[in-house]
Amino acid sequence: MPNLPRKKVGLIACSGEELPEGTVTRRAVRKVLETLRPDDTVTLCLPLFLAGGEGERAFARYYPTIAVDGCDKRCAALATEKYSATPAASIVVTEIAKESGCGAIGTARRLDESGMRLAETVAEKIVEETDRLLKKKPRAAGRAAGREKP
Amino acid sequence: MNGTRCKIPVVPCSGIGKSLGAAAREAAFVLAEDLRPDKTKIVALSLLVLGDDEARREVAGGEAVAIDGCKLECAAKGLACSGASSVHKVAVFDVVRRHRGLKPEGVCDLNEDGLRLARATADEAAKIVDEIDAEGGHA
Repeated sequence: MPNLPRKKVGLIACSGEELPEGTVTRRAVRKVLETLRPDDTVTLCLPLFLAGGEGERAFARYYPTIAVDGCDKRCAALATEKYSATPAASIVVTEIAKESGCGAIGTARRLDESGMRLAETVAEKIVEETDRLLKKKPRAAGRAAGREKP
Repeated sequence: MNGTRCKIPVVPCSGIGKSLGAAAREAAFVLAEDLRPDKTKIVALSLLVLGDDEARREVAGGEAVAIDGCKLECAAKGLACSGASSVHKVAVFDVVRRHRGLKPEGVCDLNEDGLRLARATADEAAKIVDEIDAEGGHA
């Protein structure tokens, strides 16, 4: 049996500097990478698609990716598709904010408490999609830290 | 800068994997919100990567400032590909060499040294903005 590379999911945040939702994408993706699914995910740098990052393009061509966008312009999803391959899943923060009745979330530079909570919600959504793509059974443990009932 | 001229576009790298990228992003906010709010405007790099028409119009044909975290210089390349007439580069990886005591850490939440590095980077970018402004270089 050959030693195949472990299958991971690539996370691509738009990071949009003009909107607080762009900051939410960064915080949510980092939360998943650092805490919730560190063994199952990597981050891909969106601008590297344009700047000639062959590693980024190749990864997105052969591994599943999740695009996490701040707004409905969906820069991360569309740029990934343009330069590499269609993302396996696409998450838009403004849609999740609308569903959850989230109001103002601070600024692109500094999210307020509501923005931080929205980032947690988006991180949970990323985890759901990651587990789905890796065909893992839902895990209660490892979901957003501190939010589980005893 | 007179009232009719556009603000100078500032594009930071989106660096999500390294502290220096996060410092680049923070430096852009320091520049555009604290140091030179009347002269500069942040343009999202993701929009330029996608080729968004409105974002390209903001940068096409004029001078712009790129703030990059690493040597791959994504922001500078993004601006060049989007038609900026002249891209002024500010490199956090060079700034940190001039401030050897700083040990930036963190991405979403930069530590104190990371914030100091961002401020030092923004100060260098502000000088460039003032030079562009003095020369009337941004159409």
